[in-house]
Amino acid sequence: MSTSSMQTVGGHGESPKRVRAERLNVEQASYAYSATAQSAPTFTLGATSFQAHERELVAILGPNASGKSTLLRLISGTIAPLSGRVELDGEETSRLDVRTRAQRIAVVHQESPAVYPVLAGDFVLQGRHPYGRALRFANKEDIEIARNALAQVGAEHLSRRSMGELSGGEKQRVILARALAQQPRLILLDEPTLHLDIGAQVELLERMRQLAQENRYAVVVVTHELSLAAEFADQVVLLQHGRCLRVGPPAAVYQRELLEQVFEAPLDVEIGPAGRPRVNLRARRGEDAT
Amino acid sequence: MRPLTVKRLLWTCGALAAVLLACVVLALKLGAVPISITDLIVNLGRIAIGQSDQLPTEYRLIVFDLRLPRILLGILVGAALSVAGASFQALLRNPLADPFVLGVSSGAALGSILMLIIAPQIAVLSPVGAFLGAIATITAVYFLGRRDGQLDSTTLLLGGIISASFLSAIIMFLMTTLAGRDLRGMVFWLMGDLSTPVPAGLRWIFTAGLLIGIGAIYTTAADLNLLLTGEREAIHLGVDVTRVKLVVYVSASLLTALAVSASGAIGYVGLLVPHAVRLIFGSDYRLLIPASALCGAIAIVLADTLARTVVAPTELPVGAMTAMAGAPIFIYLLRRGLR
Repeated sequence: MSTSSMQTVGGHGESPKRVRAERLNVEQASYAYSATAQSAPTFTLGATSFQAHERELVAILGPNASGKSTLLRLISGTIAPLSGRVELDGEETSRLDVRTRAQRIAVVHQESPAVYPVLAGDFVLQGRHPYGRALRFANKEDIEIARNALAQVGAEHLSRRSMGELSGGEKQRVILARALAQQPRLILLDEPTLHLDIGAQVELLERMRQLAQENRYAVVVVTHELSLAAEFADQVVLLQHGRCLRVGPPAAVYQRELLEQVFEAPLDVEIGPAGRPRVNLRARRGEDAT
Repeated sequence: MRPLTVKRLLWTCGALAAVLLACVVLALKLGAVPISITDLIVNLGRIAIGQSDQLPTEYRLIVFDLRLPRILLGILVGAALSVAGASFQALLRNPLADPFVLGVSSGAALGSILMLIIAPQIAVLSPVGAFLGAIATITAVYFLGRRDGQLDSTTLLLGGIISASFLSAIIMFLMTTLAGRDLRGMVFWLMGDLSTPVPAGLRWIFTAGLLIGIGAIYTTAADLNLLLTGEREAIHLGVDVTRVKLVVYVSASLLTALAVSASGAIGYVGLLVPHAVRLIFGSDYRLLIPASALCGAIAIVLADTLARTVVAPTELPVGAMTAMAGAPIFIYLLRRGLR
């Protein structure tokens, strides 16, 4: 396994052609869920491989129950692959201790339902938790980092508002700011656009791409929004029924027959002016008429 | 952004400690035999300057042999139950969790009674039995409250309330058959009462156990803040969730067990006090835990003073006072929270 990774890693920035350092290396990683240790697995994720470099945005695409969340959990290191490996800067993510992992990988879930009201600013400060000790009273540096994180998502004005009273888009920005306050190398977003209106969806992904550039993150987004992934991802990983079908830039992966078969919907794929594919849903009724 | 500072923490706790002190003086003064504040201060002053032998005997008996130990017990029990309540609320992510509502207090009471029946001569076994009972009950209620692998708020509370009533029935059965209709004992174990002093040999173990329990929970205060936003999130923010849950479940059970073995199953303190503290000081556990401990002490001292005075010379069990205040507020919170 280590030999095959040699070609893709290409040393640590030694090759003059490579501008972006590789961050994440998912190599033949697989996983299986089963009810008990002996019983047959109820869900398997077949060997999946892809790489994400710094400043790169990778979208994991697929319909429901295709294995997107499992792949995300493998990458985040909360579960260890059955075979293969998931490495962040050369270290296996599942072998990092919880604290170190939180300093390197930030995970943004669709929503964080709060039991008790918390101020947005204090919420962002939670991102400093993996760096503190004991009771973790915030020091000046922590507060500075949290302020910057809020500024980066354009949410400084929200810092004294309660999380409960923010709109979906505002809340998403504050949750993102908490991830930035972790100062990670890799940001994982789990269906971040699920409860957002279209304007907020575009804004979020645009911001993610910009942040990846500025802070040299690698970003992995799990989504089933085909159009958004086509527009913003540098690479897409296409999953179906726990199998990794394709990995590559959107223009290479977005083939009409393939997408129609995976998403079980009649689709049109055309290449836009920027060379990025566009996906349109074709109404079944219209098809019958022709 | 208004992060908690050490200064704000110390000021808040200092102020609450002062209120507690005032309540203690009030509780020493009030009772079946009223004592004037001036007398009390003069006599406390005599003790302070080492002239305790000049105290009138009547005083010594009422104030220092009867009222003071009872107040000190109330302080410890109130602090323990409130911190245990706040801890269960964070672990179960449920603002209505409380040792009494979850049945943990009844489990501890039953464990304690069983030990008293099996080995009445070994006093130390009673809190041990209470601890085992508490651990067993919280484990059972935790699994009763799970649905499809997730904790369900309503199921959890129902599981707790039903366990509490089941365990109370067993306690009543045991008290009736084995202790010969011991009504006083029944009231003690089912309602809670501060009139029975802790055996002298157990006092230090009892105090040390409570302080260790509260201290252990306090070391995880920052983790509990994150646990409240969800286990998954907490893991991704670097919290060792398994360790924190173990430490806090065991410590909260220990606190409940010690409180119950000393004063019976006093209800609703662990629910009301953290809730009130949250309303006033916010829900940061680094402040919530010490503030709950102090406010719990205040609440029990005041409740017990009322219990001693409202129908003097007869006394009410302190648990009757807390339940009278607690049950309506529980229903209010339940209706508001589960809407």
